[in-house]
Amino acid sequence: MKFFPRRHPGENQGPVHGFWIPAFAGMTALLAIVSGCAKQEPASKKEIVLWHWLTDREDALETLADQYQKISGVKVRLEVYAPSDVYSSRIRASAQTGTLPEIFGVLGEPWDLASYIKSGHVANLEPAMLAAGGAWQKQFFPKSLANNSFTADNPYGAPPGIYGVPIDVTNIQMLYNKDLFKQAGLDPERPPQSWAEFITDWHKLKAAGIPGLVSGWGETWMINCFASNYAFNVMGEKKVLDTFRGRVLYTDPDWIRVFTLFDEIRREDLLVRGAVTMINKAAEQTFANGKAAFAFNGSWCVHPYQEMNPALSYAPMLPPRISDQFPMRIWGGAGTSFMINAQSPRREEAIRFLQWLTEEPQQSYLSRETFNLPANRSSAGALPPILAGFAAHMDDTTHPSQWAASERPTVIEAVGKGIQSILIGEKTPAQVAEDIETLKRQLMGDARNGAH
Amino acid sequence: MIPVNWNRTKDLVTSYLFVFPAALLFVVFSIFPFFKVFQLSVFEWDGIATQMRFVGLNNFRDAIFRDPSWWISMRNASEITLVTLLFQNTLALVLALIVDREIKGKNFYRVVFYLPPVLSGIVVGLVWNWIFDGSHGLLNYALTGMGLGGWTRAWLADPKTALLSVAVIHMWKGFGWGFVILLAGLQAIPRELNEAARVDGAGEWRIFSRITVPLMLPVFFLVSVLTILGTMQIFDIIISTTNGGPGYHTEVPITRILVAMVGSSRFGYACSLGILFGLILLAVSMVQMRLSKWSSRYS
Repeated sequence: MKFFPRRHPGENQGPVHGFWIPAFAGMTALLAIVSGCAKQEPASKKEIVLWHWLTDREDALETLADQYQKISGVKVRLEVYAPSDVYSSRIRASAQTGTLPEIFGVLGEPWDLASYIKSGHVANLEPAMLAAGGAWQKQFFPKSLANNSFTADNPYGAPPGIYGVPIDVTNIQMLYNKDLFKQAGLDPERPPQSWAEFITDWHKLKAAGIPGLVSGWGETWMINCFASNYAFNVMGEKKVLDTFRGRVLYTDPDWIRVFTLFDEIRREDLLVRGAVTMINKAAEQTFANGKAAFAFNGSWCVHPYQEMNPALSYAPMLPPRISDQFPMRIWGGAGTSFMINAQSPRREEAIRFLQWLTEEPQQSYLSRETFNLPANRSSAGALPPILAGFAAHMDDTTHPSQWAASERPTVIEAVGKGIQSILIGEKTPAQVAEDIETLKRQLMGDARNGAH
Repeated sequence: MIPVNWNRTKDLVTSYLFVFPAALLFVVFSIFPFFKVFQLSVFEWDGIATQMRFVGLNNFRDAIFRDPSWWISMRNASEITLVTLLFQNTLALVLALIVDREIKGKNFYRVVFYLPPVLSGIVVGLVWNWIFDGSHGLLNYALTGMGLGGWTRAWLADPKTALLSVAVIHMWKGFGWGFVILLAGLQAIPRELNEAARVDGAGEWRIFSRITVPLMLPVFFLVSVLTILGTMQIFDIIISTTNGGPGYHTEVPITRILVAMVGSSRFGYACSLGILFGLILLAVSMVQMRLSKWSSRYS
């Protein structure tokens, strides 16, 4: 039998192959496309699917999933999509096609989570959290839940509720290298408390030929985080949020003071060469290799530092304050959170799995294996000293997702880029403040006119 | 009543059925997304919400008249393209001319020169980060070793050198493409022409300028078009080296589109930037094609 029989002009072709082969191919292509768009159902009702991006925690999560199957008979199928931007794209696309798994994470800004909630993709977990006298809710650090919650007056228009389950918590602080402190004749157990002390210590370190501060400030969100810490310290939360609301100008002297801090960093030659465009992974390598006395990094750094240089002697410290008028606030709260698909018929099974995952033994195991701060407060007792140092300041944390007002993304970007310009000596703090304010006014004008 | 020619109809249906799978795939994965981008460009949408808000041509207005960072990114990409056109292609041509001769180990060189383009842009960027690192980079180390310590700097963080450094990385990664195409062009020139010219007393420069260059003009234009289109769309190297910084000094159109889409969740605006960018590249390509046709006639 020939699949493609040779025919001559005018020859009456046979009734079979000439027609059916392309017809079969066409149907196959159609089926492939249609089935590709179809929702991926778990194999059985005893299976739930969890999509995550945590390549460093993959083994630990797999171990826990196996353990859970033995206890409950429910298989938790873990699927990893990394890096995080690939994961985010997948979640967005799946939300559009209604193919989200039972458990997933929402990476991004608070307005992204709010949009998923408003579109009906994320289940409100408040009833489950508050059941049995709020037993589940009470397990967590309050700040970690706050990062997954929306209050009634939230600026994102999301209905109030608790929408995520924190698996671990993070906060972002400064770190200092104890060995380099000793080398410069400084007390390794007494990090600088104020900005003035910080600069004095820096002069001693510099005199000893030790480089200063490193951070992944090529990722502008880290610059924004640092600037936000000092904005809270200089002017307090209310004034910062009033700026977002448009009631305080970025050209206000307090904001200029915040921007001037970066000019001082430049003038003092405090920043490690090249840190202004460095990705955080490179900054972590620099600090781990003892090529910077200070770092600005999150509690997630403990694992990579351990991997890069197990002998590294360091400790976290709060960013040294420049004002005593308001407390220093650092970014923190939930590190990794999982959401439940509101449209999944197996959401109750998914909730039960997350309840189990956030119990003390599982949280302690995750913390031990992955060097992250547990979200469960009872697991925080047995932390190694460095993680305990991070955990000690959980009460000093704040996060944009908890604020009652939010800034526009383009303004946030302009702040980060503007600070980079200050750090390279291209613009003055006043010029940057003016640029940001001009952009802000333009966007507010658009909003009033209904353009955005 | 018109008689139905069943054989002809069956032939026609069969032919269409053969084309159907490919056409279906093309429509689903090429035509539909293409029109979807146009549709999204006139809406405000965050990529998640079920509702989109129609904003007409506002996104285009914002991109053209109110977003200076977009035009800075276009200027940056143009500068990298210009540097690449001049230096990368000159280097590629010189190497192609060398390898085109009967030299020892020419096959080895062909492979070596073609290695950088097959590497991932992210990997190349990360490797060059070590070379250009301000504190302990290889380049600074070498300069210090040569007694040129005063020249050391954070190459990727200094606004004076960041864009040029990125261009250097891009040229290193890309010259292999030009090399391969130019070498193929050189090998297509009949050797008899060169030999006849030599017999007539022409020197190497005269052969190059009077025979090689005119015959290679269409190839030069092809390489130029590919260089322009490829360089204007530079992205992965930027992400892995400077992330568009410091400030906006190494922002390029694709990073701005990405920032609009992922950073600000403005899918509609990102689509309008994409369309604008596509139109600019289309215009450049059309000019190049005209020039190419002219050069074909000339050569």
